Amino acid sequence: MACFLVPTAEAIVTTIVTKTVKNKEAKAVTVDSKNAEISEKIPFSRKLGWLNNMLWGGSALLAFEHLWHGEITPFFPFLTAAASQADTTAMLQEMATVGVAMAVIVTAIWGCMVAASDAIEKRASKDENAQIAENCGDVQ
Amino acid sequence: MTLLTTVFAAIICTVIWYRHAPADEMKISILCLMYWGASIMWFVDAVFEYSELQAAYFTPAPADMLNDLYLGLSVVALGLVIWLVILFIKDPKGVVRASLLRKKQ
Repeated sequence: MACFLVPTAEAIVTTIVTKTVKNKEAKAVTVDSKNAEISEKIPFSRKLGWLNNMLWGGSALLAFEHLWHGEITPFFPFLTAAASQADTTAMLQEMATVGVAMAVIVTAIWGCMVAASDAIEKRASKDENAQIAENCGDVQ
Repeated sequence: MTLLTTVFAAIICTVIWYRHAPADEMKISILCLMYWGASIMWFVDAVFEYSELQAAYFTPAPADMLNDLYLGLSVVALGLVIWLVILFIKDPKGVVRASLLRKKQ
């Protein structure tokens, strides 16, 4: 009915958060470059971009499916389920169950992606440090 | 059927992205995430539908299946169109800008 509206609302919020984080990171990079320290970690704004792409893309394609099934109309109130009280109740119930579940699971999967990338980054820096320590030992 | 079509599109895009990674000049990663996002959402929808219909969920009418396949293919096409628009706007290779500037000269 209108389950895609919940991930869409989340996408709006995460897009705003991404813009804010990106601005903060840009300022941090300026400070870092002054101290001649370059960070090789994936910026958090890029990781948030993954979530944005999943939420916006998923919501857009789901909205198309609703349009296909005639659940979205080009005129007010735009959702056919919003025409009567009973349908509106059913729509809100669906948003609270299916819509929320969609948003939560997409976010949970993104959380797993971030955790995996963090683990890969940590392992890479550990290997790098071990390599440096080994090279230092060879020199001595 | 729509879920299945989108999942296959997501898998194909992911394989293409993996073949060319870490280079992502064509912004295939956007297409991957878009299809995966939609696949997860349809999967959740399918779970809720299954909880209502039980075994009947797996035995749809042929006409419904055909309509769902048609919808799935349309969804994949729409995803590709969105990706193309993003690709032309971001223009990572500078092809659009170069061709426009050449026309102006």
